[in-house]
Amino acid sequence: MTTPSPILSVRHLTTRFRTDRGIVTAIDDVSFDLYPGETLGIVGESGCGKTVTSKSIMRLLPERTTIIDPSSQIMFEGTNLATADDRTMRRIRGDRIAMIFQEPMTSLNPVFTIGWQLDEALKYHTDLGRAARRSRAIEMLKLVEIPNAERRVDEYPHQLSGGMRQRVMIAMALCCEPDVLIADEPTTALDVTIQAQILALMENLRKRLNTAIILITHNLGVVAQVCDRVAVMYAGRVIEVGGVRRIFHDPQHPYTRALLDSIPKAGRKEHGKRLPTIEGIVPSLFDLPKGCRFADRCARCQPLCRDTEPELLPAEGVGESHLKRCHFPLSQAAPVTSASHAAMTSSPGARP
Amino acid sequence: MITRAPSFAAAPLPEPAPPPGESFVAPLLSVRNLVKHFPVRGGVLNRIVGNVHAVNGVSFDVNRGEIVGVVGESGCGKSTLGKAIIRLSEPTSGSVTFEGTDITRLSHAELMPFRRRMQIIFQDPYSSLNPRLTVRKLLQEAIDFHKVVPGGRAQTENYIDEIIAKVGMRKDSKDKFPHEFSGGQRQRLGIARALALKPEFLIADEPVSALDVSIQAQVLNLMMDLKREFGLTILFISHDLKVIEHFCDRVLVMYLGHIVESLPCDDLHAQAKHPYTRALLGANPIDDPDQRESRPLTILQGDVPSPFDPPKGCAFAGRCPLVMDRCRVERPILRPRGDRQDVACWAVEN
Repeated sequence: MTTPSPILSVRHLTTRFRTDRGIVTAIDDVSFDLYPGETLGIVGESGCGKTVTSKSIMRLLPERTTIIDPSSQIMFEGTNLATADDRTMRRIRGDRIAMIFQEPMTSLNPVFTIGWQLDEALKYHTDLGRAARRSRAIEMLKLVEIPNAERRVDEYPHQLSGGMRQRVMIAMALCCEPDVLIADEPTTALDVTIQAQILALMENLRKRLNTAIILITHNLGVVAQVCDRVAVMYAGRVIEVGGVRRIFHDPQHPYTRALLDSIPKAGRKEHGKRLPTIEGIVPSLFDLPKGCRFADRCARCQPLCRDTEPELLPAEGVGESHLKRCHFPLSQAAPVTSASHAAMTSSPGARP
Repeated sequence: MITRAPSFAAAPLPEPAPPPGESFVAPLLSVRNLVKHFPVRGGVLNRIVGNVHAVNGVSFDVNRGEIVGVVGESGCGKSTLGKAIIRLSEPTSGSVTFEGTDITRLSHAELMPFRRRMQIIFQDPYSSLNPRLTVRKLLQEAIDFHKVVPGGRAQTENYIDEIIAKVGMRKDSKDKFPHEFSGGQRQRLGIARALALKPEFLIADEPVSALDVSIQAQVLNLMMDLKREFGLTILFISHDLKVIEHFCDRVLVMYLGHIVESLPCDDLHAQAKHPYTRALLGANPIDDPDQRESRPLTILQGDVPSPFDPPKGCAFAGRCPLVMDRCRVERPILRPRGDRQDVACWAVEN
């Protein structure tokens, strides 16, 4: 990414929740930039704060129980979304920054037609007349490759398959041509063949509309397939950010390495072998360690790690493009060889 | 949308003859023409107006000590198959032979000893454990019912300790309730409960799908260790071909109630012949950003057809890149293609 100025710049984003057991810090000092036209992946395991990050940006968290720390900055075109009032947020949300969710079944309203739901955003954010809005809705459905768009526009969500519903969600999110699309686990509930369709569609639309995408997922394969840059989160912290190739081939944080190692590798002859695992479990957000949050599970843990939490700093020799939060990064580690994939690439599209 | 009455007997699969030769060992489990239809009622009289063809004439063998994977997308019938095999859901027709006994013909009482020997673990460790029972009670109930441990309370107690240690849980877990554990721990409990009965055959229905990758690896390793230690035979149901490839010896690929291909897992990418298997492999993203351009994802158009009204010919015809006229009228039969591999596809036969 050579584009100099980010479209969205998140700095020191800290979100706390009031709970029965006291105040808990769900995400702590999260910082990253998003550049126009790029896809940034946010990865991590359940509870690491991926979704809280995206919902904080969209300000979709319940106001009564959520505290976004006043020092947090979410800069979007000169506006700090962390402190913006409701009116400003309503103007931006759905128009300039849109979001799609994991569960297309529950995020579409079952009692209204697809057309009605597409119309809602257009009515609010554009000056188009009724007929123009309807043709725009049909056009959007065609854009996301829904067959018989003219007929489908009058159907209800239950009449569509899971993949089609996710397409409708994407159509809704893109109907005002937003600058930023936040996709929170958009393919997690879908079968792989449908996932491939949706990923290809998002990629197409990103190129066509130059939308910047934040893709939240726990599926590292999806990240490798579509992301330009990756932020890895662990227990509410961003622990590593960098270009997708660097993250996969030269990760600096031991957690990133361990996460990559623990997925079964397609096509590799590691059949029947034990998988490398990360021993232990994620620390409770109510009882976080003083030092590095990964220290208890880390094979390279030193006394310093338990004592002082590392800062998110540039990795050696690569400058600002690759940041890690680790005292003892894996700089000298041998990169992942891709030789073992050779068998697969030799016949990529071979048919019997 | 709904077909009239059952018409599943259309193309009965041939009885696969046991291969000749003295080295032949009878399989532990033999499934033949297994069918499971769910009736759909409708109309004023609430009559049966059609059937969901969940499993539509499935035949395969599982040898002792083998791990056989079943892969397919949602609605392909893989979970129904697992449940029908141990009669948690009564099969509509067909036979399931376990060590020479056709268990589909047994009475409830006769079935019970087989239930002990054939155990199942489920995807959702949250809903498959009784929330009101402590871990000790959960295990004790099953152990007592099947009289696994001879002797009294003390022996049972020792046995429970042993099982809990085997699945890598702490001794004090015994007095806790299921909700006190994390997802991975609960899946370990599910495994402990199944193992407590000393089964020979285990059906694992998406056991790691709800877990994070780091926990998934822990549970897969545990299952691998236990398989070796107890000499288990496993039917491993999953939608994740990567997990299956890593864990299983052989895989059955299901599409809309049929097995479309059966092949060894050693070299899936080179060996897969059925266009659906190839599409599944190609649609799975690989974890290497360098291969994005050289190996774009395979995109299949369309969705899986409705199991209410399965197509007359090959179920995959509507999405298949190799479709021919014959595929739309005549359903291909699973036939041997090379070593330990069966494929149901007209295009492959040519």
